[in-house]
Amino acid sequence: MSPSSLHLDGLMGGKKMAISMQPPSDHGALAKREARLAWGMLLPTISAVSLVVALPLLAIFWISFKPVSLSDLRAPEMVVKEALRVRNETARLEYRVNNSSQDAIITGASFQDEIPASITITGDLPENCDLAGQRLNCDFGDLEGGFRERLRIDVAVNGDVDAAELAAESSRPSIQGDTDYILTNLEFSLENFVRVFSASDFFEVLWATVFYTVFGTIGALVAGLFAAILLDNNFRGQGLLRGLFLFPYVAPVIAVAFTWVTLFDPFSGSANALLMQMGVVDQQINFFGERPQALIMVTVFEIWRYFPLSFLFILARMQSIDSGMYEAADMDGASPFQKFWFLSVPQLLGILSVLFLLRFIWTFNKFDDIFLLTGGNAGTRTLTVSVYEQAFAVSNIGAGAAVAVVVFFCLLVFAWFFFRFISQEEGL
Amino acid sequence: MKHLRFGFITAPIVGALWMPIVVTTVSIAASFITGDPYRPSSLFSLIFWGGLIGAVLARFKFNDMILAVIALILTGATVAGLGPMVIEKGISIASILASVVMAASFVWSQQRYVSGMPWASLTRHEFEEVVIRFLTGAGYVFFTAIVLIPFFVMVMTSLKSQQALLANPLDFSLDLSKGMDLFRSYSELITDFNFGSYLYVSTIVSIATVLITLLFSIPGAYAVARLRFKGQAAFSRSILLIYMVPMIVLALPIYIAFSITGLRNSITGIVLIYPVTTIPVALYMLQGYFRGLPSEVEDAGLMDGLSRLAVIWKITLPLSLPALASVSLYVFMIAWNEFLLAFMLLDDPSKFTLTRGIASLNSSEIPRQHLMAGAVIATVPIMAIFLGLERFMTKGLTAGSVKG
Repeated sequence: MSPSSLHLDGLMGGKKMAISMQPPSDHGALAKREARLAWGMLLPTISAVSLVVALPLLAIFWISFKPVSLSDLRAPEMVVKEALRVRNETARLEYRVNNSSQDAIITGASFQDEIPASITITGDLPENCDLAGQRLNCDFGDLEGGFRERLRIDVAVNGDVDAAELAAESSRPSIQGDTDYILTNLEFSLENFVRVFSASDFFEVLWATVFYTVFGTIGALVAGLFAAILLDNNFRGQGLLRGLFLFPYVAPVIAVAFTWVTLFDPFSGSANALLMQMGVVDQQINFFGERPQALIMVTVFEIWRYFPLSFLFILARMQSIDSGMYEAADMDGASPFQKFWFLSVPQLLGILSVLFLLRFIWTFNKFDDIFLLTGGNAGTRTLTVSVYEQAFAVSNIGAGAAVAVVVFFCLLVFAWFFFRFISQEEGL
Repeated sequence: MKHLRFGFITAPIVGALWMPIVVTTVSIAASFITGDPYRPSSLFSLIFWGGLIGAVLARFKFNDMILAVIALILTGATVAGLGPMVIEKGISIASILASVVMAASFVWSQQRYVSGMPWASLTRHEFEEVVIRFLTGAGYVFFTAIVLIPFFVMVMTSLKSQQALLANPLDFSLDLSKGMDLFRSYSELITDFNFGSYLYVSTIVSIATVLITLLFSIPGAYAVARLRFKGQAAFSRSILLIYMVPMIVLALPIYIAFSITGLRNSITGIVLIYPVTTIPVALYMLQGYFRGLPSEVEDAGLMDGLSRLAVIWKITLPLSLPALASVSLYVFMIAWNEFLLAFMLLDDPSKFTLTRGIASLNSSEIPRQHLMAGAVIATVPIMAIFLGLERFMTKGLTAGSVKG
């Protein structure tokens, strides 16, 4: 062993003592601090999103198992209104008691009220009331739905009437009563789901959803691909056209949807007038009001409105394809269509499949467009429109929630497909 | 396809296919502009003229003079009632002009399609070249028409009266002698229908949404993109997953919760709920951008003794201004165009956003031009922003959204 190696050994030994030779573990102080900072920075977002996404999702599940309608949203309660009426030297304390709900029962209903010192009770108390000092206690037992009663007690007012009135009305009675609030009780039923799945138009809704989603997605993708190929050439005005082609997507949906409704109106619409003038049809077509064309029209609208998105993505991908490949193909004598099929299409397959899945999901989720165009009539009711229809048009919130749960499960399946087959591709 | 690959077959076919497209386009445009009826002639006439001129142009190599003569012949035939386009109103300056436009655009575009094409047998290259030129031309016409026509109808309907529209739905000519009276539906919307207030509310709500969204999503996106912590990958995914949950599913419980808490029918409620719909999008877009920034710059800042938050404020954010602009624009657009939540949560006309206001115009008692004027009022600001800042906008669209 040479002295120099000895020296080296000693040096390394010294170092070993000073710092650990192990690779830094994940649980070092720095890593911990970084993780803490990360969670701190994410906290506002997590709390906001969970408040408005996770909580409502749980609520939807909860409600979907409850037969609840729009009018059940407010919990039934016992309402007591107090008034002091003075007429011709006779004063009377009046309590109006009613049940805010027309059908729910309130059990163990009672109220207590502190009567101001300036008022003394002279008359008889109603039979279900008693008085302890200045404290009035009235017990009603169970209040039927729609219960309504007036309690009148003769009193004498000492001193100023107005002041007594104010004192009486400003002391609020304390109210007890148990009620069975449908949103919070523990009764569950499958009624909503049974109703959704056994509805006579369930398969029609399903068919409309599938048709709209599949053809809307494919149509927008194909139109977008075509538009992207058009704009892949360099020419003057390319930027202008690209901006123009994005118009349908950028404009507010309500504006373009109503424009389409105006354009395709059966009586005053330009489209019908045009078709009749050109001699294509003999009489007006009710584009958005009749089967089967209404479903086709909303799908066409979907394609029209969303082809710009596919077009934008495909164009971005196209412009990043290496042009050297095309030059090589030219040398080999490939024809334009061959170059498209054998070079462009394989390069675009990735983005096309990502776009297909994402657009499929979002078309499936689409609500506004159909709602504005047809309101879900004439065979255009998709699952999402059905959620609204059940909850608000039919006022059956429970059934609406049940449809929403069905929508959510479909979505989970799609998302699983997405993460399973796409996830890492194309950076999405 | 092989038996099609002869100049004398391809050229007339392309001409016969191109002629109906040109004639239909010009007829629609002329009808819309003048209000007079124009229409394509019989199928035979279209094919005959298209095929004939297509063949002639492919057979001989003409200069512009002779092309002009051919266009003149086509114009003459059209005006005489023998051409591919029928003018029902008879001869007028407008109809002659329409015929000239039709003839000239057909002849010159057809000339471009077949230029350099041999008369006899074609190679695969030459044949496909012609087909592609034709498809490109047809594609431009098709896409431009389908995009422009609805917007044209929207603007023009808003300037017309109900009676004029019912009398002739194709007449979009403007009666300029009416002067400022043309914009009557707009002034009525502002004065009688409270649209000034809707515009104001929409602007405030959209700007507030952008600010709140940025406030939440910048730190969140930075944490996901740069910091290492357990559950980072899962978090990344759940952003995308949340982004896929349909609004209508959430709208129902939100409606219930807002009804119970009294937030329904208030602008506060809308400003609270809009950012939550945009935060996942913004988070997703921004984290992608932050990942692309070189971390060395930030490390240098850390070395120099800046804290993490100071690094974000002084280094990362200034570097990502373009991305922030894109995200802001995109979020602004979502908030401005949002319809469902505004429709469900707002009933009080004094608190309407623009989209909700337009929805309230959709009744049989209110004339169509008011509805369309409302649509124009909602569309113009977003279009102006879009066209002015298209570069950022397109970036924003591609970065974060396949959503819509």
